[in-house]
Amino acid sequence: MNQLNLDHASAAVAFNKDEPRVDWHDETLWFVRTKRDRAAAQLPEWEQLREAASQIKNHVLSNMHDLLAQFEENAKRNGITVHWAENADEHNAIIHKLIQDAGVTRMVKSKSMLTEECHLNDYLTRHGIEVIDSDLGERIVQMRKEPPSHIVLPAIHLKKSDVGETFHEHLGTEKGATDPQYLTEAARQHLRDTFLTRKVALTGVNFAIAETGGFVVCTNEGNADMGAHLADVHIAAMGFEKIIPRAEHLGVFLRLLARSATGQPITTFSSHFHRPRPGQEMHIVIVDNGRSRQLGRPDFRNSLKCIRCAACLNTCPVYRRSGGHSYHSAIAGPIGSILAPNLDMKLNADLPFASTLCGSCSNVCPVKIDIHDQLYKWRQVLMKEGYGPGGKTAAMKAMATVLESPSLYRMAGKIGRGVLRFTPVLAENRFNPWYNQREMPEPPAESFRDWYINNKKA
Amino acid sequence: MKVGLFIPCYIDQFYPKVAIATLKLLQNVGCEVDYPLQQTCCGQPMANSGYEHLTGGCNENFVRNFSGYDYIVSPSGSCTLHIKHHLHASNESEASSIRSRIYELTEFLTDVVKVSSLKATFPYRVGLHQSCHGQRGLHLAQMSELMAPPFSKPAQLLNLVDGLDLVQLDRRDECCGFGGTFCVTEEAVSAKMGKDRVADHLRHGVNYITGVDVSCLMHLEGILKRANSAVQVKHIAEILTATV
Amino acid sequence: MTSREKILANIKANQPDLRPLPEQYTFVSSFPDLTKQFIDVLTFVGGRALVVPDYAAIRADLQAQYPNLTSVATTIPELADLADRTMDVSDPHELADLNLAIIEGPIAVAENAAIWVDEQQLPQRVAPMITQYLVIVIRQSTLVPNMHDAYKQLKVDTTGFGTFICGPSKTADIEQSLVIGAHGARSLTVYLLP
Repeated sequence: MNQLNLDHASAAVAFNKDEPRVDWHDETLWFVRTKRDRAAAQLPEWEQLREAASQIKNHVLSNMHDLLAQFEENAKRNGITVHWAENADEHNAIIHKLIQDAGVTRMVKSKSMLTEECHLNDYLTRHGIEVIDSDLGERIVQMRKEPPSHIVLPAIHLKKSDVGETFHEHLGTEKGATDPQYLTEAARQHLRDTFLTRKVALTGVNFAIAETGGFVVCTNEGNADMGAHLADVHIAAMGFEKIIPRAEHLGVFLRLLARSATGQPITTFSSHFHRPRPGQEMHIVIVDNGRSRQLGRPDFRNSLKCIRCAACLNTCPVYRRSGGHSYHSAIAGPIGSILAPNLDMKLNADLPFASTLCGSCSNVCPVKIDIHDQLYKWRQVLMKEGYGPGGKTAAMKAMATVLESPSLYRMAGKIGRGVLRFTPVLAENRFNPWYNQREMPEPPAESFRDWYINNKKA
Repeated sequence: MKVGLFIPCYIDQFYPKVAIATLKLLQNVGCEVDYPLQQTCCGQPMANSGYEHLTGGCNENFVRNFSGYDYIVSPSGSCTLHIKHHLHASNESEASSIRSRIYELTEFLTDVVKVSSLKATFPYRVGLHQSCHGQRGLHLAQMSELMAPPFSKPAQLLNLVDGLDLVQLDRRDECCGFGGTFCVTEEAVSAKMGKDRVADHLRHGVNYITGVDVSCLMHLEGILKRANSAVQVKHIAEILTATV
Repeated sequence: MTSREKILANIKANQPDLRPLPEQYTFVSSFPDLTKQFIDVLTFVGGRALVVPDYAAIRADLQAQYPNLTSVATTIPELADLADRTMDVSDPHELADLNLAIIEGPIAVAENAAIWVDEQQLPQRVAPMITQYLVIVIRQSTLVPNMHDAYKQLKVDTTGFGTFICGPSKTADIEQSLVIGAHGARSLTVYLLP
């Protein structure tokens, strides 16, 4: 995939060059947020459900070892083969081997953010395996050689005219076609043929049940089911944090997931896989890839509670106005910004700063991850570890020196106000981004402190 | 009750009129107010930039200035929240006590003073910008994301002002995009967020935009001025002390 | 050390002290009329619901909805005369040209119009997705208020596969425009028997 090498701020500048398109992107995602609000408002117990989900996940984090062991034992008993992958490479290699063992060179795959995180498609393509993503949005971005820009709505950055052009090129639809019904029908026909001809299908995992050794996959399109039920080999890939203790806990999560994601009462299909069908092979790949490290960071382990609903993306005013690709990471938005530094601090040091810390993300999170607090805490870790931009530390030290000293502060204030008052042109220069689209306040003649001393007696 | 007035650095330097209005407002409702003269900054500019470890000097200075008051009150949700969450000092028991005694102005008026009437008149259409740190951090108002009964401490006070017409915005608590150093490090998104926030207020025909945080208002004012708009910003303290 | 051992050892070393499961994780939903709630939600998600007195009414409606349709299969003995083929095939690919599947749903949920089906109802797992049109017959007496109630009644691993189906397959991946009929069935009709 084309990994953008721009940092978030630079990518956001590029995204904001087309303001009407930014408005469209913002409105589209805000609409999803309002649908979520309406769906949540219909459940009087919404906030209690979030609390229950959060506590179940807290338990899961604290009991991870035993739950995974229990899951493995039960899954094996169910006839599912369980694989463990320490990192992305091992995950990719295991899947490659399973495809080779099946004696094929093609695979159909439904949505899995984990395989995006591991860059599975790149890996398999390099090794001569053709992968077709079957979620409509993922298929669209795959044809365009782009990564998904959103967890749940992978092609949300594209307009229907963009999709029309892509399908004209790849599926031979009429030039200039923009009708979503027509375009979706074309994809349906194309992918139906794929489902019917692929012997290996990969799906993600939304929830894995320790008690029963099965797993749940949720889709609206039915693509995970079409792939898995028609394939000889079904591979399910999961980050180990997807585990939940018992099937009855699904009541909590399935009530929250789709309502948080798109405002639907539940996804069209919530499929529970427990055993392969006769003659089929079923494999689960349980992946770590830095998760056990994150589990050991008390400030950041809660990020592993995420159920990938993307509510935090939809509500994030920065995400809506910078687009998913500006996050240059498999998972965009606020949740991505607290997950990515664990994978690579240097590459992702900019992401925790791509936020105003407004806190809306934490409030919509169905499992109550303290996302904005973690963004703040990652900033502290990253700057202490020396991943700040050049010169920032020196500037911050200078600022601290002035602000902690009452006399230096007052002197700087006098100079600052004086400079602004008499020579506004000095501050109003191209080196200060504030002035690109904003004015500064009129500097007053005296500070409040000066006024207070002069007027206190009066 | 003895109140220590905490005036954040940028208000002291750029918006003394907000500090003056805050002082008057507190005195009007019967508080004995003192302004410690050696105060500077809460340390938030460094902390939000990832340099909380450089805020020790600001913290010590804050504790030196604000020990001994019954309450510490500030016309800023953001700076109040920073002190509440992050003030630590060599005298940790005093720091901890300050963390529990600091209030943002409007919550102090509604929750401690329990103001039920104000002698203020402001015959204009006003839009309230719910600054995030005050709202989501200090719970000054119900958050639109939560499925819980609505309330708003700033709106409760604004509704006590004669003639004031408080408008309902399309997005009642969307962030304005100021975000501290975010306003320059992420200038493109910050300015776009500010423009969108201003547009929501303008769509509803406001004469004034008010709020509990001057930093957000400074950002919105900068955008209004660049657009040569006649709409002005006023901190809530200025409106709550306004007379015809 | 295998990857399995390494991962589990790292997890054991890094996981926090045990925290209990919450005491409350099921909630009561009270709807004045479960059938109405189910129908409202199913309609909202693009499905069609019809309260019927008996199989004769179902047959009549199906004949009106799908006149002269071929490649129809059902697992319901009372409607067997409508079928011209079976879903009980050894290779699921044989269902590629299935037009209409008529199946039963043993439990349905009023809060979200989700209907549970598993391999007791499905001769092939792919049947409700691969068919062009899907019909599910449920009984109003099996409606439960919410998902907690459904999971209390269900044993999810009784068979190797089970799924909650809520409405026809759909997508909004092109500019958030809702399109019914993504990869699964293009329509879902639910008949509610007493």
